[in-house]
Amino acid sequence: MTTAAVLPADLETALPTTLFRFATAGSVDDGKSTLVGRLLHDSKAILADQLDAVARTSADRGFGGDKGGIDLALLTDGLRAEREQGITIDVAYRYFATDQRSFILADCPGHVQYTKNTVTGASTADAVVVLIDARKGVLEQTRRHLSVLQLLRVAHVIVAVNKIDLVDFSESVFRDIEAEVQQVGRELGLGSDGISDLLVIPVSALDGDNVVERSGRTPWYTGPALLEVLETLPAADELESHLESFRFPVQLVIRPQGALAPDAVAAGLDVEAFRDYRAYAGQITEGSVKVGEQVSVLTPGQAPRTTTVAGIDFAGASLEEAAAPQSVAIRLADEFDVARGDTIAAAGTVCEASADLYAALCWLSPKPLREGQKVLVKHGTRTVQAMVRSVSGKLDLATFKLEGASSLELNDIGHAQLRLAAPLPLENYLHHRRTGAFLVIDPLDGNTLAAGLVKDHPGDHEDERYSI
Amino acid sequence: MSNLSTTTAEFASAADAAPAPSPRGIRPSDDARGSDSGSGLPNARKLASGPSADALDATPWAASAAPALQAGRLSSLDTLESEAIHIIREVVAEFEKPALLFSGGKDSVVMLHLATKAFWPGKVPFPVLHVDTGHNFPEVLDFRDRTVERLGLKLVVGSVQEFIDRGELAERADGTRNPLQTVPLLDAIQRNKFDAVFGGGRRDEDKARAKERILSLRDEFGQWDPRNQRPELWNLYNGRHTVGQHVRAFPISNWTELDIWRYIERENIELPGLYYAHERQVFARDGMWRAVGEVSQPRPDEDVITKTVRYRTVGDMSCTGAVESNAYTVSDVVVEVAASTLTERGATRADDRISEAAMEDRKKDGYF
Repeated sequence: MTTAAVLPADLETALPTTLFRFATAGSVDDGKSTLVGRLLHDSKAILADQLDAVARTSADRGFGGDKGGIDLALLTDGLRAEREQGITIDVAYRYFATDQRSFILADCPGHVQYTKNTVTGASTADAVVVLIDARKGVLEQTRRHLSVLQLLRVAHVIVAVNKIDLVDFSESVFRDIEAEVQQVGRELGLGSDGISDLLVIPVSALDGDNVVERSGRTPWYTGPALLEVLETLPAADELESHLESFRFPVQLVIRPQGALAPDAVAAGLDVEAFRDYRAYAGQITEGSVKVGEQVSVLTPGQAPRTTTVAGIDFAGASLEEAAAPQSVAIRLADEFDVARGDTIAAAGTVCEASADLYAALCWLSPKPLREGQKVLVKHGTRTVQAMVRSVSGKLDLATFKLEGASSLELNDIGHAQLRLAAPLPLENYLHHRRTGAFLVIDPLDGNTLAAGLVKDHPGDHEDERYSI
Repeated sequence: MSNLSTTTAEFASAADAAPAPSPRGIRPSDDARGSDSGSGLPNARKLASGPSADALDATPWAASAAPALQAGRLSSLDTLESEAIHIIREVVAEFEKPALLFSGGKDSVVMLHLATKAFWPGKVPFPVLHVDTGHNFPEVLDFRDRTVERLGLKLVVGSVQEFIDRGELAERADGTRNPLQTVPLLDAIQRNKFDAVFGGGRRDEDKARAKERILSLRDEFGQWDPRNQRPELWNLYNGRHTVGQHVRAFPISNWTELDIWRYIERENIELPGLYYAHERQVFARDGMWRAVGEVSQPRPDEDVITKTVRYRTVGDMSCTGAVESNAYTVSDVVVEVAASTLTERGATRADDRISEAAMEDRKKDGYF
């Protein structure tokens, strides 16, 4: 047999698909690679030549004993060292599509640097699938994973209880694990904010039960299969767009300058028509904007300037309205001096720029964080120098308690206070997944040291959902 | 339960690409671009509101350029386009001297199209760089030159042949020049002081590329270190580098081959004609159909026949194979790619069949 992709019955009338990003996370040997392989295989995303290569390697290694078979886990190994050592080193991205959706899968290994990999995958994910081995139940690493996902505000957390075939499809085993997961979820506040939710599904990645199709071997489970869930969950943009106010970090100014610099106008366009053209290019990070609406330009260190949107351009077309995550160019009614690093925001929702930054840091580098250290902070389209004033604690991911600490090491998540060399329009990550996020960068070698999530200043109202 | 034992025909061109017969029948291949990328097709869209007439005149693709929200959400193509444009703009804003790798192949053509849209009405603010293997399909080279001319861009060429002539590169026993591109590429980057190079690499192409970052740091030898990559978080791209280092930027990392073709259809993007079905003199080698050409001659035991073929990838003529195909138009190709049972590299690239890690090894040495 071959694995021909299934086409929509009528390509000519099919609706455009939407994009859904999800990540997988799990512990060692819980069958994550097999699950990903199964998802790709059963959704016909694996083509014949790829499957052949995997079949040859499986046979070489004697996979499945006399019965033979294909080691689906091999489908996700990308690098020579991964195949040789039988481990997954780095996040790998996979692609598959159904009639409804195109999926981007970030496959995050569970070995060393699991926090780094999980944070990376979860930062862009609409959903994260966490694997549990049905024979082992909820492990400390499961609690750590769920804790990181809560911190990053992942909209949908799906716990796949794998190897359900190895516990004889036992309902009681599943129900016990399900109850424990829900208990951990309650402790963390997962699903309590009205945005995120937590689902538990019994699966066998090896045999395919409840992965793409519902299984007849788990009659006591009446919920959907994993792929059904992934196809129907609303993406983060859908959930959040109506909650969030317009935010537009300016990437660059498009100003061909007409006759003064005619060479800068695209070939074929009338130079004169664009003599005074000036627009601000960027990607809408949150909310939406309409022509004629009032907006404020935020330049750090200056009072907000208010004007109206004169036009929204995209490659020769004029839009009446645009929303996250569209990339557009915005023209303003007043000729302000606006530059890269400024933010255009809905008027009246303006957040104040501050040089004091309180944040949760997910430390991703083997170089530890020390108090007094100088770093760079990249936020939106701006990068500023910063000094670490204090580390106020480190999170015990198993108990969700903050412990005293004065430094952070690889895979640690802690709280810190930074002093910025220039103020930034910082917003609480809890309410702003984009403008509340930043990178901590090593000024010496340029490497990324940490993922940062903005918190309210101590003393300000602390949201209880953020009380980890 | 799915039956996992499978067999695949050894012969790529025969097993691959069984397209639905074109309902429109055979067309001359010069009509290959198709004229029906309008409404009714997936991802086709209407203008949210009318652009000014002069903007439309000068921008033939503007009529399809306005993204529309589908029930509150962008289509997957619009989301991918928006992500790519954001990345292209970030690189231009943060780097001193970027360049775009442009071969005339479909992915680099899409990249250039995205750059055109990102800076409209301004001109694309960087030169294009072609690493010329000397084993080109003439129509692709011609397409490259016409495109550069049309957009008024500067073209920088790094020539494999010149390096061979100077004795700085040696021809391989198998005659393939794809792996030889790395040296002229790094030389062009160094001589022109490019600090960022855009490429059309996609993660779905190959298992090593699946691990590639959107901004990929390269050392002074152009090497890729897959075990020591920076985490890429949210849409915050860290392009910091030190003297001698440069960055490869892959804005269409998240696109699949089918996304590329749907986008080409939607945006009505011109491609070299060999991407569409045409008659060509070919011979069979290594399970692929090879074109007869100056650098691609049949051995005495290889019969030359005329077949209706098209190319899924365009590279070094001596190692790029054609597939049998009746896809004469872009919409035929979309249908064919969606139904294909082989990956584009598996079907058409002899150099990627050398070993499981062929691409990984080339990338570590500084390849795209």
